[in-house]
Amino acid sequence: MADDHHDEGGISRRHALECMLWAGTGVLWAVTGGVPRSIGLLDSAVAAPVTGLTFLQISDSHVGFDKPANPHAIDTLKEAIDRIKAMPQKPSFMLHTGDITHLSKPAEFDNAAQLIGSAGPHVHYVPGEHDIVDEGTGKAYLERYGQNTKGGGWYSFDQGGVHFIGLVNVANLKAGGLGSLAHDQLEWLEDDVKGLSGSTPIVVFAHIPLWSVYPNWGWGTDDAAVALGYLKRFGSVTVLNGHIHQLMQKVEGNVTFHTARSTAFPQPAPGTAPSPGPMLVPAEKLRSVLGITSVRYTQGKEALAITDTALADR
Amino acid sequence: MTAWRLIALAAFLGLGSEVHAEDMVIQIENFTFNPAELTIKPGTKVTWTNADDIPHSVVEDGTKFRSKPLDTGETFSMAFTDVGEIGYFRGLHPHMKGKIIVKP
Repeated sequence: MADDHHDEGGISRRHALECMLWAGTGVLWAVTGGVPRSIGLLDSAVAAPVTGLTFLQISDSHVGFDKPANPHAIDTLKEAIDRIKAMPQKPSFMLHTGDITHLSKPAEFDNAAQLIGSAGPHVHYVPGEHDIVDEGTGKAYLERYGQNTKGGGWYSFDQGGVHFIGLVNVANLKAGGLGSLAHDQLEWLEDDVKGLSGSTPIVVFAHIPLWSVYPNWGWGTDDAAVALGYLKRFGSVTVLNGHIHQLMQKVEGNVTFHTARSTAFPQPAPGTAPSPGPMLVPAEKLRSVLGITSVRYTQGKEALAITDTALADR
Repeated sequence: MTAWRLIALAAFLGLGSEVHAEDMVIQIENFTFNPAELTIKPGTKVTWTNADDIPHSVVEDGTKFRSKPLDTGETFSMAFTDVGEIGYFRGLHPHMKGKIIVKP
């Protein structure tokens, strides 16, 4: 009865894992005019001369996590950081798409800041829901990362001809809801992009996916459509998220949605398990489902190339 | 099944207690409250236990009460004295909801 159900789930999970393994071998996506095409494997991408702006996305570090799915989440984060340090050409900066810590504890924030900061490049953060569960519901995060941000920690900046927008969709969540941006942030966003030319490449980063990955598990954002409406007139919009601890990509018009791996633990593919949550994989497989994401933009080419690298990739 | 057994056990233990005649347990497992709807008598203490490997919190729909994040095995207790219906959800993962009905 119950065991049969679990067996079925196990097969599905294994199958999903194989798919993720395949995805994790380092396919390089070039996005031109909103249409992605695979242009080669990781090795050729690394070998290609790097020009333009390169930045790196790291997500879901969950510093403090020590459960069976990965009793040493701090060690796999360190491995990810070591890979960044070893990159022949350092990224211009890093984006952290939330769940820096597991339980918003001061020591977790300290350890994360020390380790992630040791990579070198400046890090732009947005919070995950695990980063605002302190008694002040987000005070600890904002004290550390809230300088020059609005509201719950949203902000934008320009670099290399790209406009970057960090959004917060994990605060003030309502019963039965998904991630939420809420009125004040949406107003700010509308105003933030008002003066920009439609040819400005836009990169939006936030913790919970801004597309409906799997609402049954809360993997989506209630009012994302309003935000995307403000970005409709732009020729190139790239949305980078975390939260679901696995790679997923979707293209809708000029918008490319991409979710990054965690550095801490994997989660099941949508609907393949009774619930989301830390997924136990054989120890030798763990590093193939954890990793980081590198993004490159070359001015004048309107192309954003997204490369995912698993910790197991060599 | 496990949660129901725990509830039965809690209720059984409660019979021997003078203070909390019908303490109840709600298990949080696989991102669900078990049971999702619980009917209790006024004065009953309800204890939520997180059996998942990920923290959860218990938040009343209007945020009248909010637990701290419960790590694996941690509990949150609350006594309900007023008659009525109390909706609540998980603060970290709000898509799942629960309800407590207090009636004499």
